Amino acid sequence: MQDLLNDFSPGLFIIQTLLLLVLILLMVKFAWKPILSSLNEREEGIKDALDAADKAKRDMENLQADNERMKQEARLERDAMLKEAQAMKKKIIAEASEEAEKKAEEIITKAQTAIQNEKKVAINELRLQVAKYSIEIAEKVLEHELSDKKKQMKLVDTLVEDVKLN
Amino acid sequence: MHRILDRNFLILLTMKIFQHNLKTLALLLLVFVPITTYASSSGEGQVDTKEKVDGYILHHIQDSHDFHLFSYTNDAGERKHIGFPLPVILWSSEGLVSFMSSEFHHNDDGNVLVESNGLKFAKIHGKIFELNSGEEKVAFDDEKHATNAHKVLDFSITKSVFGILFVGLLMLFWFSRLAKQYKKQQIPTGFSRILEPLVIYVRDEIARPNIGEKHYRRFTGYLLTVFFFIWILNLIGLTPFGFNVTGQIAVTTCLAIFTLIIYTFSGNKHYWKHMLWMDGIPVFVKPVLAIIEFAGAFLIKPFSLLIRLYANITAGHIVVMSLIAIMFVLKNEIGVVGATGLSLVLSILITLIEVLVAFLQAYIFTMLSALFIGMAVEEHEHH
Repeated sequence: MQDLLNDFSPGLFIIQTLLLLVLILLMVKFAWKPILSSLNEREEGIKDALDAADKAKRDMENLQADNERMKQEARLERDAMLKEAQAMKKKIIAEASEEAEKKAEEIITKAQTAIQNEKKVAINELRLQVAKYSIEIAEKVLEHELSDKKKQMKLVDTLVEDVKLN
Repeated sequence: MHRILDRNFLILLTMKIFQHNLKTLALLLLVFVPITTYASSSGEGQVDTKEKVDGYILHHIQDSHDFHLFSYTNDAGERKHIGFPLPVILWSSEGLVSFMSSEFHHNDDGNVLVESNGLKFAKIHGKIFELNSGEEKVAFDDEKHATNAHKVLDFSITKSVFGILFVGLLMLFWFSRLAKQYKKQQIPTGFSRILEPLVIYVRDEIARPNIGEKHYRRFTGYLLTVFFFIWILNLIGLTPFGFNVTGQIAVTTCLAIFTLIIYTFSGNKHYWKHMLWMDGIPVFVKPVLAIIEFAGAFLIKPFSLLIRLYANITAGHIVVMSLIAIMFVLKNEIGVVGATGLSLVLSILITLIEVLVAFLQAYIFTMLSALFIGMAVEEHEHH
């Protein structure tokens, strides 16, 4: 203890106190303050950058999810549209064929009526013609037959016979 | 002629050693020339016996008024000391007195008197004494204490003050350069790149965890200054220049008192209440505990700080020098080669450990300072 006290130099203590005080003040002003604030700034910067990157990543993910969703929706819509179109096509085709059938039937009916009419007219004409020809033939036969008396009598007999029978 | 040659040689030698710090060193040399040689008057020869080694080591761990580099014996058998003198500044009974330390001619036992301002001064074991008026020669009692002289307040630029100034300038130079680099770039380059992680280390490993997130900023400047101050001085103490600044009790006392002042003045209400009138104990114990706590804060804490640093560094110096001295002391017992080999191996090993201790002591001092400050500013939630 005696040696310790003897070693203690008051002059050195005072000088050291002054120098250390000056050193602390100078270091704080010219070194530590700017260094620590720069370090802080840099660390904040790094943190912000990391946060921003994280946010960008999350945004990207959201965007991708959105895209996926939109794609899915579009696909569904397309499918629906296709289905609708298919149905429409079927319907149109069905309607058209129905219409065509109807028309065809109509045409056929008309044609049949026309044919029937024509047929009737033709038959009538034919009947008239046949009657005319029959009368002409009968005229000619009668003319020829009546030229012979004997034969005329024979015919009257036949006719009378027929009436008798009836 | 001889002196000039010596001086040039020494400047060249020193420059070679410190080429990378050339600018700083050249500046310092300019301030502290002339380098001189002294002839020893007390007839101290080579340091080669056990007693002389003891004396040399004790002399070394003390502060010194000269910057002594090395000694040799010339052809004429005269002992020569190489180094440069430092200014002696004294507060004597007649006011401030100053002269160069070379005027003592390297004498350390009071035989050489320096007259200045009508007063006579003698240097005895590293301390400067002022002779009482009318005395012509220092008289000693049986225990070799001067009887007719008294100590004076010594403001000399001693070797330690020189070291403090050197380290202070070095720190200012290094760290202000680091600070300037941030203005231009985000990542420092060159030597500053080594300094940056050290600064971050002190901030994040010492200041922040011990003081707490809320208050640490206020004290980081002090902690950083103290950490680098102690560490660099510890390391410089391991060089052959023989600084022993952090082994000076005056220096460690000053550092400890700075910490004491800081944590005393930043202590919050809870800190004082906890110290002087602790909660949760019987009333009659409170005064006893207050005394113990008070002594703890004002004596034990700073005392542990100052003694730990002083004792570790001084012990380190003594051990390294003792191991080097094996070379001379055990020369006769185990031969020159054996003694030199043993001394080299042991002193290299212990120097490696001392490099670690240099960091460790700076770390412990700063860490404990931070811890004490942290205890003073700690916030408690009210239950």
